[in-house]
Amino acid sequence: MTDRALVVVRAGALTTVQDRGRPGHAHLGVPRSGALDAPAAALVNRLVGNPPDAAVLETTLDGCALRPRSTVTVAVAGAPCPVTVGGRPAAWGGPVVVPAGVVLEVGRAVAGVRSYVAVNGGVAVEPVLGSRSTDLLSGLGPAPLTDGAVLTLGAAAGPHARVDVAPQPSPPAELVLRVTPGPRDDWFTPRAVRDLTARTYRVSSASNRIGLRTEGPALERARPGELPSEGMVLGAVQVPPDGRPVIFLADHPTTGGYPVVAVVRAADLPAAAQAVPGTPVRFVAVRRR
Amino acid sequence: MRALPVGDSGLLVEVSTGEEAQALHAELLRRRAEGSLAVREIVPAARTVLLDSLDDPVRWASELTASEVPPAPPRAREVIELPVRYDGPDLAEVAAHWRVPEREVARIHAATEFTVAFCGFAPGFGYLTGLPACLDVPRRATPRTAVPAGAVALAGPYTGVYPRSSPGGWQLIGTTDAVLWDHARVPAALLSPGARVRFVPVGDV
Repeated sequence: MTDRALVVVRAGALTTVQDRGRPGHAHLGVPRSGALDAPAAALVNRLVGNPPDAAVLETTLDGCALRPRSTVTVAVAGAPCPVTVGGRPAAWGGPVVVPAGVVLEVGRAVAGVRSYVAVNGGVAVEPVLGSRSTDLLSGLGPAPLTDGAVLTLGAAAGPHARVDVAPQPSPPAELVLRVTPGPRDDWFTPRAVRDLTARTYRVSSASNRIGLRTEGPALERARPGELPSEGMVLGAVQVPPDGRPVIFLADHPTTGGYPVVAVVRAADLPAAAQAVPGTPVRFVAVRRR
Repeated sequence: MRALPVGDSGLLVEVSTGEEAQALHAELLRRRAEGSLAVREIVPAARTVLLDSLDDPVRWASELTASEVPPAPPRAREVIELPVRYDGPDLAEVAAHWRVPEREVARIHAATEFTVAFCGFAPGFGYLTGLPACLDVPRRATPRTAVPAGAVALAGPYTGVYPRSSPGGWQLIGTTDAVLWDHARVPAALLSPGARVRFVPVGDV
């Protein structure tokens, strides 16, 4: 009998279980959640032969270490980092076999923020509303990994991909976010709306899975106060009273009262998930499709 | 109605009152159920309904802008009863805002029928309307770092119940043992938009 499970040897700063999230429940106050760099999560699943909705691990800056109880195939991608198996260097961005009882070390990111670790069969924690994702805003899904925790794995699905290393985009040196204006751009002065796209912001270290916070010129409001609560979307550029734009990521609240000056194109959000604090951010206004 | 574009595939439909937002929400749910509206999320709020990930936002924007706010939907038959002890630490402050004796707060609140206008803040947290506008109360100047699960609270025109312990700035007037959110239950949320709610005092009032 095989014991399909992973022992967490080193949980790292923040490692969570993520899949494609639980969209469709926003009207009950449930955030969508899910992997922030969704293409990287899809890639590691493909590399180990998992279906695209299998649950993977999302690390934050300093990786994690895992010991499988049976031999497994894994893949690490997203933020580039050293990968070792039993202390020997192994591939980043390609399928890797980890024998039973041997430690897989996912090292500190050399660029970017979040590395993704897929194991064939996927992480088989109990789903909540159809998803295994950890939601850090509302506390739904499994708690972040802790040292010594044991994660059950699902049955291995298909054969792993026949590639050595898959090509991937590099984490951004400058984060360029295409935005469409509104819905509440009229709550800001015309100059503030120009400032958003003309000035440079930087990624703040206070960023998390809920939002990418920025530092830079405060956007000046044309109207004071708060809006009555209204629905919020992924990629919304919300402006709290300090005037610094916050870009809503997967664990964002479903409603809010601060005005949304613009919305970031969904295709640009994976890069936002990999932008380290201090990265310059440039907002580029685009026409609605 | 105003329809404000939200990104490439969303619309924020704005109306004048909370009642209109509830009527619009019911109508949009009906259209989705009959198959004429393809959208991932329909999120009602105080004066708006958000359509997120909509198939044809341009066509819906012009159609909704050109149409009248739909009539109020028939009310739900079922009334959800929440047992409550009016023992909150902010009863005196609410009584002062309402200019009534403290015991009257419980009587007025328990005599009111509420509607879940919308949800947000946390899974299963409903914004309940029903109290007259003259009984609006401000949020606390300093939010509490921890409000216990089951706390019955007031802010602005709304009553809410905290589904789990969390920080919060609402005025606490009571406690319920009802389980607002249980993800192992179907449905997980006890209160969803459009539901009718009454608070039923237990023990001394």
